[in-house]
Amino acid sequence: MAATTTGVPVTEPLTWRVARLVGRRAETPTAQTLVLDVPGWPGHLPGQHVDVRLTAEDGYQAARSYSLAGPADGDRIALTVQRVPDGEVSPYLIDVYAEGDPVEVRGPVGGWFVWRSAETAPVLLVAGGSGVVPLMAMIRARRAAGSRAPFRLVYSARTPSDVFYADELRRRARDDQGLDVTYVYTREAPEGWRGEPHRIGLADVHTHGWPPELEPLCYVCGPTGFVETVADLLVGLGHQSRRIRTERFGPTG
Amino acid sequence: MGIVSPGFQGRRRMSGPALPPGQYLTEDFPVLSAGPTPKVPLDDWEFVLGTETGAEFRWTWPELMGLPQETPTVDIHCVTRWSKLGTSWQGVSLDTLLDGVDTAARYALVHSYGGYTTNLPLDDLRGGRAWVAHTYDGVPLPAEHGGPARLLVPHLYFWKSAKWVRGIRLLVDDQPGFWETAGYHDYGDPWREQRYQGD
Repeated sequence: MAATTTGVPVTEPLTWRVARLVGRRAETPTAQTLVLDVPGWPGHLPGQHVDVRLTAEDGYQAARSYSLAGPADGDRIALTVQRVPDGEVSPYLIDVYAEGDPVEVRGPVGGWFVWRSAETAPVLLVAGGSGVVPLMAMIRARRAAGSRAPFRLVYSARTPSDVFYADELRRRARDDQGLDVTYVYTREAPEGWRGEPHRIGLADVHTHGWPPELEPLCYVCGPTGFVETVADLLVGLGHQSRRIRTERFGPTG
Repeated sequence: MGIVSPGFQGRRRMSGPALPPGQYLTEDFPVLSAGPTPKVPLDDWEFVLGTETGAEFRWTWPELMGLPQETPTVDIHCVTRWSKLGTSWQGVSLDTLLDGVDTAARYALVHSYGGYTTNLPLDDLRGGRAWVAHTYDGVPLPAEHGGPARLLVPHLYFWKSAKWVRGIRLLVDDQPGFWETAGYHDYGDPWREQRYQGD
């Protein structure tokens, strides 16, 4: 048996806290980053998520989990929400939720799919679609902590306009020493991009990842099929299962 | 009642007596695991039940299939808030596997191929409430859903239903498993919404 976790023991009960919207920015036509002010927020590790709960006038409630998009920053947290067609919570957060309005949040949750800035091992991040969110939190945390751990991000998106954090990733790939960013486009590639749109495969992971001898920590996040494919490729390339951490994103309408 | 978020209506699609609090209904079968999916050849598969005194009981795949089979139809509830109703399984009851096992243990730590663990009280494995399941919806359980065989303990959140189950160790003292060490609830009753430690 291998996978004991060095997770974050949660010693106190997780309580619901009131969070208010202080800002938002569009990432893509269907995704937005919401910045929330959460008085008393206990802090978190990159890769962790929160539960967000909405209450209607009549007391009806709905809750969903969202990954934290940035490292700990006092009482501020950032979530990137992808609009799920016919969803119950995400359309509200994107179309209706206004600055100053309250929601309730609870967290941080999850002590396994996390990166700690004291880690020096190379890191491979493989993102499928909105699965980039917790991985972006790691990239941001790396810079914030002044870590020199070598990072590689392989990011699969449908088209260039589906890429979250596009400008920031371009800037960081240039300025954050030791961070490489590679894209895989499944439907439509930008002009001048070499190769055809394709689903992520062995060549992508082999060429743009780390050799297994370096014993990198691998984080894979995306839809189930994507995560299954990439995790199997990594195992096939010789990476140890215990060095591969996965998180699957289902629709969280 | 929580703080009202102005303008939130909600869909009420979660409502209904069959759903525990905070859950919504799904027709899909989402997958949640912490690492790569182990691929376990049936020739190598075995299930080991170990007691607190060190006694071990082993079953190969043909031996498991030779035991009395049950076909539970149950509702399952994932801590990530989806629930799926009326799922059909085939497997061997833990009552069958525990029959004749002499133990004073009160707890169980479940082990999986790939290293996953989860803990629960031994009583929760008894009384027709837990199975080693190998068939889902009439076909062999796919690897991503825990095949060749997974534990099925539907009255607790689904992370307790360990995928790729390899064995169970009976313990005198409770020992937290993988998610339980990472802040999830030790017991995980969906009807009491025991998601995280302290709930």
